[in-house]
Amino acid sequence: MSDGDARAVRERLSTRVRALLAEHDPATTERLDFLRARFDAGLAWVHYPEGLGGLGLPRSWQPTVEDELAAAGAPDNEPHRIGIGLGMAAPTILAFGDPEQQQRFLRPLWTGEEVWCQLFSEPGAGSDLAAVATRAVRDGDAWVLDGQKVWTSNAHSARWAILLARTDPTVPKHAGLTYFICDMTDPGVEVRPLRQITGEAEFNEVFLSAARIPDAHRLGGVGDGWRVARATLMNERVAIGGAATPREGGMIGVVADTWRQRPELRTPELHDRLLRLWVDAEVTRLTRERLRQQLAVGDPGPEGSGMKLSFARLNQEISGLEVEMLGEDGLRYDDWALRRPYVVDFTARGPGYRYLRAKGNSIEGGTSEVLHNIVAERVLGLPSEPRTDKDVAWKDLPR
Amino acid sequence: MSTTSTDLLYSDVEDSLRGSVRALMGDRCPPESVMARYDGAAPEPGLWRALGEDLGVAGLLVPEKLGGAGASAREAAVVQEELGRFVAPVPFLTSAVLATTALLEVGDDRLLPRLAGGELTAVLALPLSCAPGETGTSVRRGEDGRLHGRVSSVADADLADVLVVPVGTGSGTELHQVQPAAAGVSVEPVLSLDMSRQICDVGLDGVESTPLADDGAAAVRTALVTGAAMLASEQLGVAEWCLQSTVAYVRERQQFGRPVGSFQAVKHRLADVWLEVSSARAAARHAAGAVADRGSDFETAASLAQAYCSGVAVHAAEECVQLHGGIGMTWEHPAHLYLKRAKADEIALGTPGRHRTILAELVSLPA
Repeated sequence: MSDGDARAVRERLSTRVRALLAEHDPATTERLDFLRARFDAGLAWVHYPEGLGGLGLPRSWQPTVEDELAAAGAPDNEPHRIGIGLGMAAPTILAFGDPEQQQRFLRPLWTGEEVWCQLFSEPGAGSDLAAVATRAVRDGDAWVLDGQKVWTSNAHSARWAILLARTDPTVPKHAGLTYFICDMTDPGVEVRPLRQITGEAEFNEVFLSAARIPDAHRLGGVGDGWRVARATLMNERVAIGGAATPREGGMIGVVADTWRQRPELRTPELHDRLLRLWVDAEVTRLTRERLRQQLAVGDPGPEGSGMKLSFARLNQEISGLEVEMLGEDGLRYDDWALRRPYVVDFTARGPGYRYLRAKGNSIEGGTSEVLHNIVAERVLGLPSEPRTDKDVAWKDLPR
Repeated sequence: MSTTSTDLLYSDVEDSLRGSVRALMGDRCPPESVMARYDGAAPEPGLWRALGEDLGVAGLLVPEKLGGAGASAREAAVVQEELGRFVAPVPFLTSAVLATTALLEVGDDRLLPRLAGGELTAVLALPLSCAPGETGTSVRRGEDGRLHGRVSSVADADLADVLVVPVGTGSGTELHQVQPAAAGVSVEPVLSLDMSRQICDVGLDGVESTPLADDGAAAVRTALVTGAAMLASEQLGVAEWCLQSTVAYVRERQQFGRPVGSFQAVKHRLADVWLEVSSARAAARHAAGAVADRGSDFETAASLAQAYCSGVAVHAAEECVQLHGGIGMTWEHPAHLYLKRAKADEIALGTPGRHRTILAELVSLPA
């Protein structure tokens, strides 16, 4: 894009933002009304098509809009609270949904009026997601679902779910899957909290007992669910970007502050470990910053595949050091009560919590072992392990 | 600046410079020629002439008014990456970065035009292991006004036409120019762990010198910081070669009826090296940018890059040897050239531990 074109786009965006602010003064407009108007003005996600909250512009223009609206004191859609909807459901609906589905679901998804969750993992289908056993059987204009899902964040507050189910057990596992949008208020859907090692229950188990999904809520073709799910998962791992993080912005900052404030804790051995982790954290921050710069010029590198691996290892090592460094205080824990947090906030809890919660970082959203395979195969081009199950009908697989 | 806005990408100009250096090195610097150094082959002066003079990289950091290219540390870093990729036995780091920066810092305008043109090669007479902030040297000016002392492990001194010598005065550091051919100078090449960067012991026994600066401590420090930042890019280049050649090998090598690169035990190790290389690139680019901009953060950026990239190069080279199996232990395969360079680079301009200690002070994490 030439400088002149860029200026023209910037001017067009500013004009739209000013018009939105003029018609819907954030100081006097209800939050939801403002967000709906922002969506209708095409300023929700500028890289989405016109009519669906966007303007068909490159994604790199979004920060311009965010900055101008934030400067005017406009409310945002609290993206950290609706990450699954924004990061996973929305791009999938955009890519595979029909116009009716896009019109129905995207606007309340973006404003946060309707929270989304993800019904993919099952007790028998973790890393091997394509092995899902939840059955969907056709019944006229609808599908009837039976099965169990697990590790579902926000299922207890969600209105809708993206769901992967088996529609044909007689073909190999990847071929017999179909992707649905599931109504979480259906009487056949039961949500139970799943307590974790931290004491709280961020996640849920979801039991489906003759839950009904209209065929109109199918995303993509019957039997095409794996392709659709892969698109969803790609978006989960690409969801990096946003603002630059400052130095010591993450968990290392908490430990560095403790180190500075409590000289009595210092030993030479802890000092060297702290410095090593400080270096790793700062370099990882720069790596993420480099990725952000690549995205900004429309040239995303493969580095994104590795960021989750780096952050998982760092969070675990730093939180482990923190508990150890605290000595006697490290023996205490802040709260074992079964709570249902809406978002994970590492800094709001104690070091013991950080240590335990960080263990999940190398499991959730793809285990570090699977991510190593992905880097090795997709980035480095190494061959995959032989797959013994790829030509076997799903119903005949050992389980 | 804690929320960096340093450009961490490569510009078109840098990519084009990289292309030229890579083409030249691919043509003129095959692994066999580097290997020959270990069996006593003399340095091939044509290689540095082609690179420094014909391609003009000797004068990259020298301003145009002194006959240089007026480029920045960003471009120099890209050259350094490529030289790492070829473990090239050329005095770019020692002459075009370390000595050149020291001379720039003391405002020299006599030697620099000749260095920039590739006509002269200079080295800073300090041990290669010297970290920023360490200006300790045993060289002193005697009552006769001449220089006396000994500096061990000076890299590329055998190639130098000029020695830039830090001289201790008790209270500070002077900088002097010495001709290696002058009476009383000895430059003894010693067998080096990394023969692609020859180290030498330099003796000065009543040597006549030309003063360059009365107070050269800051210039030496800046040169060492700049060198440390550039070395990170060399380490990145070394690590990248190791990763790429190992990936290529394990895709081809068959055992148990399949490529060894299909075993997760091998794949996961290479994925880890790839992650480290990606991070090393960010750290090295950040350091190059910080040196180019000479912001308040530039010593932190250089020490951060050294603390990180040294280990990455060593790890990548060690994995390269291991994952090549038996062939990786042979003299014939070039992997050992990279292992030796990586291990020597780990010590060069301060070990990772030394740089962590420097960082502890710079970012207020006291022992």
